[in-house]
Amino acid sequence: MKKLLLASAIAAATVGAAHAAGRDQISIVGSSTVFPFATVVAERFGKTSGMKTPIIESTGTGGGMKLFCSGVDINSPDVTNASRRMKSSEFEMCQENGVKDIVEVLIGFDGIVIANSTESGQMDVTTKEVFLALAKQVPNPDGSETLIDNPYQTWSEINPALPAVKIEVLGPPPTSGTRDAFAELALEGGCKQFPFIKAMEKDDYKAVCHTVREDGAYVEAGENDNLIVQKLESNPEAFGVFGYSFLEQNSDKVQGSLIGGIAPEFETIASGDYPVSRPLYFYVKKAHVGNVPGIQEFINEFTSEQAFGEEGYLVDKGLISLDEAKREETRKAAQTLQILDSL
Amino acid sequence: MTNTDRIKQSLAKRYKRERRFQWYGRAAVFAGFAFLVVLMLDIFTKAYPAFFIHYVKLDVAYTAEALDLEEGATEFDNANFRGATRDAIYALFPEVSKRKDKRDLAKLFSSEAEFQVRNRLLNNPSLFGSTTSVWVLLDDDVDSYLQSGSKTARLNETQLAHVQTLQDAGRIERRFNTVFFSTGDSREPEIAGVLGATMGSIFTVTVCLLVAFPIGVLAAVYLEEFAPQNRWVDLIEININNLAAVPSIVFGLLGLAVFINFFGMPRSAPVVGGLVLALMTLPTIIISSRSAIKAVPPSIREAALGVGASKMQTVFQHVVPLAMPGILTGTIIGMAQALGETAPLLMIGMVAFIVDIPQGFTDSATVLPIQIYLWADSPERTFVAKTSAAIVVLLAFLVCMNALAVFLRKKFEKNW
Repeated sequence: MKKLLLASAIAAATVGAAHAAGRDQISIVGSSTVFPFATVVAERFGKTSGMKTPIIESTGTGGGMKLFCSGVDINSPDVTNASRRMKSSEFEMCQENGVKDIVEVLIGFDGIVIANSTESGQMDVTTKEVFLALAKQVPNPDGSETLIDNPYQTWSEINPALPAVKIEVLGPPPTSGTRDAFAELALEGGCKQFPFIKAMEKDDYKAVCHTVREDGAYVEAGENDNLIVQKLESNPEAFGVFGYSFLEQNSDKVQGSLIGGIAPEFETIASGDYPVSRPLYFYVKKAHVGNVPGIQEFINEFTSEQAFGEEGYLVDKGLISLDEAKREETRKAAQTLQILDSL
Repeated sequence: MTNTDRIKQSLAKRYKRERRFQWYGRAAVFAGFAFLVVLMLDIFTKAYPAFFIHYVKLDVAYTAEALDLEEGATEFDNANFRGATRDAIYALFPEVSKRKDKRDLAKLFSSEAEFQVRNRLLNNPSLFGSTTSVWVLLDDDVDSYLQSGSKTARLNETQLAHVQTLQDAGRIERRFNTVFFSTGDSREPEIAGVLGATMGSIFTVTVCLLVAFPIGVLAAVYLEEFAPQNRWVDLIEININNLAAVPSIVFGLLGLAVFINFFGMPRSAPVVGGLVLALMTLPTIIISSRSAIKAVPPSIREAALGVGASKMQTVFQHVVPLAMPGILTGTIIGMAQALGETAPLLMIGMVAFIVDIPQGFTDSATVLPIQIYLWADSPERTFVAKTSAAIVVLLAFLVCMNALAVFLRKKFEKNW
């Protein structure tokens, strides 16, 4: 018994002590929206290049930036994915920690859809109506320029042309990047159409435009978009908010609502006509290129025509690709590792 | 009325009360069991399709022309296997000529097909120059259509007709899904497997066991047999009991701060995961080991001391071996808990997409519960079956560990 204890203690100590100093595998962190695309590229890269497949952690955009900007030592991640552009505060944090040279790569767009079950009719709303349906405080319907708690219970109360069903929208919680983008693009897009709100102080304006109602009409359904799709299937009167790739994969069960008369489709999102879409990026730490093998090749694979091109494999996974000129520009900048000067 | 009468009267009532209580108990057991059955049925019916997969036969021309190679080449690294695979697919349906239709046709086959075609030639270079039939995988949408027979909007009428033609020609075969047990994670559901996560779980739990077991048992032996009775020891005891109730995410944060940031250990490695989980399971092991040691009758100790054994000999030659069944039970419960844990691993980078199968304790790895979580969150619908199948694998893992615990307990058990 004593020997067994001793042996396992020694084994534990050696295991704990031994770890590699360098790294031969690319480490990627960041947005859960870019995760499905980055993983496909990584897998292809691993299979065709003969190098190790990069590790990809889904930490969310903000969490990824924090890790990415923590320093330039070899244990920090090489690449971070983002479902929005890097903020200037994050850029400064990077600079302070010695992450001076950052390469920015725009890979495409992601649409956010408002969808319902195919069993009920397709809805056509405007961003203004979405704001009135989901904001916590809305302009008083009597026309005076004051805000009241959201009184609308059914869609038809907002606009008689909309269905006379209870407002019930399942969507992501505040921790999600999808929720941020939805608030910024859909809610704020409708909110700023009221001139008196637009004229408010910046903080008040943001509070009015980004605060979602809490009386049960907006249901936080967790981060799992599959769950939202399943719930829409069982409740045809409810609507859900999620990424375009989930709509594409489940197009037999759910349909996307038209926003301002425009359906969420590949072409309309790519052209920018569909109002609720956001850019997807990844950022590379230039100091690591050459120190961790394969980063340059990984960037080349990501920005190759067979990956993020119009008929590339990322499009099959639901990415909305850039137009040809923009792709060419991105590819050139990425392959020559053009550095981001400022934001 | 005499006392006996009164007792007789109340007797019926008391018996009735007991019977009623027994029924409540049975109902409780039945409810618990029913929940378990429903859960298991749901998991197994959903998982069933994932254990089978469809292959399709292609007649691939391994000629220099089809592979874009020089005649008599011996190196195949630059060969155009994608082209050769596409040629073989188009050859099945010569009537398809439009570019868009060809793309729809190619979509029926897994993107892994070209790699299967490639591996066939690399494993057997003598095939170069000949035309051979190769069994390749179908796309996950086609596979799930063949499994369930229900149409999905992701396949159009022409594509379904193509599948029917292939089936009628006897080119499609259903086999046991060995891919699922021999590959790591993938974004293509048809080639995603649990081997990577299973290896990660084995490495992580091994580190956890090697660290937590000796430390836990030594701490328990010292506290129970040697430690003096004073306020400091009481304080330590209270703290160990409290530690058992600390939420597991806290240990993850601790692991991030100590092992990764301070000691500079690699992220996403089973060694760090094992250490973090060891911290989490330590209190469980200490508490159960202490009660096992306490349960050894004092007469054993007195007898050993009586014939001249030292305190150390008494403890290690008599008390600990007799307490072993209890200690092992506690350890296995702790390990089972560690096996199902995801929260502490989130902070140390083990919630990640990892394709390569880990070969050692410092390779990047993920574990089974995390694999389940990642698949449950994937947009592709065929991952639903994979998720349930991974749960089945995790359950099988747990059953094996519990069986080991029962076996060891039986082996060491002594009656006195």
